[in-house]
Amino acid sequence: MTSDIAAILGIDGIATGAIYILVAIGTVLIFTVTRVIFIPFGDIAAFTALTLAALDMGQVPGTIGLVAVLACIAATMEVFGLVRRQEFRKIPIALLYYLVLPLLIVLAVWALIPLAPPLPVRIAMALILIMPISPLLDRIVFRPVADGSVLLLLIISVALHFALVGLGLLFFGPEGVRTEPLTSMSIDIGGIMISGQNILILVAAIAFSGGLLLFFDFTLIGKALRATAINRTGARLMGIRPTRAGTVAYLLGSLMAGVSGVLIAPVNTIFYDSGFLLGLKAFVGAIIGGLASYPGTALGALFVGVLESFASFYNSAFKDVIVFSLLIPILLWRSFTVIHSEEESEE
Amino acid sequence: MSILSVQNVSVSYDKVEAVRDVSLSIDEGRIVTVIGPNGAGKTTLMLAIIGLLRSKGNIYYHGESLSRFDVEDRVGRGLCLVPERRELFHDMSVFDNLLLGGYGLRDRSRLKSNMEKVFDRFPRLRERSKQLAGTLSGGERQMLALGRALMSDPKLLLLDEPSLGLAPLIVREIFKTIASLREAGVSILLVEQNARAALETADYGYVLETGEIVQSGPAADLIRDDKLIETYLGGR
Ligand SMILES: Nc1ncnc2c1ncn2[C@@H]1O[C@H](COP(=O)(O)OP(=O)(O)O)[C@@H](O)[C@H]1O
Ligand SMILES: [Mg+2]
Repeated sequence: MTSDIAAILGIDGIATGAIYILVAIGTVLIFTVTRVIFIPFGDIAAFTALTLAALDMGQVPGTIGLVAVLACIAATMEVFGLVRRQEFRKIPIALLYYLVLPLLIVLAVWALIPLAPPLPVRIAMALILIMPISPLLDRIVFRPVADGSVLLLLIISVALHFALVGLGLLFFGPEGVRTEPLTSMSIDIGGIMISGQNILILVAAIAFSGGLLLFFDFTLIGKALRATAINRTGARLMGIRPTRAGTVAYLLGSLMAGVSGVLIAPVNTIFYDSGFLLGLKAFVGAIIGGLASYPGTALGALFVGVLESFASFYNSAFKDVIVFSLLIPILLWRSFTVIHSEEESEE
Repeated sequence: MSILSVQNVSVSYDKVEAVRDVSLSIDEGRIVTVIGPNGAGKTTLMLAIIGLLRSKGNIYYHGESLSRFDVEDRVGRGLCLVPERRELFHDMSVFDNLLLGGYGLRDRSRLKSNMEKVFDRFPRLRERSKQLAGTLSGGERQMLALGRALMSDPKLLLLDEPSLGLAPLIVREIFKTIASLREAGVSILLVEQNARAALETADYGYVLETGEIVQSGPAADLIRDDKLIETYLGGR
């Protein structure tokens, strides 16, 4: 291997890793706030790509139906729960959040489609349409078992992923899509061509991770999210609802996953079931970061991306086999240390 | 009228009843203390009042039943628990801990003025406002837990063993603070093993043993009660 090829592989790997960073950081965010290891963020990324592709062609994306159905189920469950607990005064707010807002988003996007808006608007439409899905799934699937063990939540999360793949087939169909390139320019640094797409991916990863850090450091809601992650009981005693913190975390995580979906759609053909490997690799990055540290997660995700890039050079058919085989020892080591520190923090 | 009225409350962990048929009430602006030995059920009672544990019986706050309100609702109505375990946000700064204490304030401009008041009360916290809560000493942690609670302008403060594990000098400071909070119009339910300090500070007292109230009366009477002096106040 020449140094030129190594440099190209390295840059590709970093770009791939940056995609994983976006999904992995969302995974860590959700885990620390809700204790759920949310496997379906990969599916959220894939659904965003499929949504954007449909919008590009002026079609109504399957996401519209998906969000509407989920909103109806979540609103029904929430209202039934409130009636059973006789908390009638909370019903209007619940309907606003679980039914009216998602349906307003659906209607707004639906009304915009015939106007054939430009690409940046279509991207914004795809992102805003994808964002309610995880919070609604949280309400439908995880909230009823919120006190369950991490393992139970993980099992449900995996089951949810498979359910989403099925729903993906139902709402988006079996065809693969590739969206139009976001940019066709490229720049030359020291004789090595770097595509604008790769630069865009890096910039987006840095911007969104940095934005999240600023959100944590400078807003009261961001601090409330961190507080919930550090000490749930303490947060509740301050009047911070873990469920609401969870919703904010799901929205942010979905946004990051959605952005990653927008970024890979022009370079990879995305199917309804393409999310799994993306989610799994991001999850591996998150595990390397101990499911707790954001810088560790970013490094872990980059490492997975670079490893994958070099593995695909040696044998592209087996790149995932190579990646996951090499990662098993790291994962074993990390899972022991992660479990250890989890027990310690119990006091 | 009483700000809090606990009526025939029982709390169980699985099969074991840790609090049995407890009734007590707190008049507005007063300090009421519940004293009793380790394991009597004091913490359990506090957790039931704030809503972290389910209970049988009735709890009224300003005459309104709390049974339909969860912890966050109760906090939003002006109840505030400083728990035995403190439950600080260890990986966050003193400043951020205090800020989160004021999370529920409708009027966000009060965050700043309340923070100033807390810093005036506990100058040590001002000096250490950038330090992580997890690196504070025991006394400083207790000050932070108290200060964080005060950030929300509580109407009823539930204090679970505020003197636990602290040096005598700091204990005196904490009790001075508690007494001064009454001047500021806060009603307080104070749970303590340090019975003497608690009775000296409080207006009214209850004695809890193995989950049941066995005695009650004005604090000034209890502190002169021969049986209590024998068991809880370390003789004469
Ligand atoms: N989480 C728990 N599960 C089961 N029993 C508990 C739990 N917490 C406390 N207890 C029991 O309830 C009783 C009262 O405990 P607690 O309220 O902590 O007493 P105190 O605060 O007065 O020391 C004790 O017998 C204790 O062992
Ligand atoms: Mg106790």
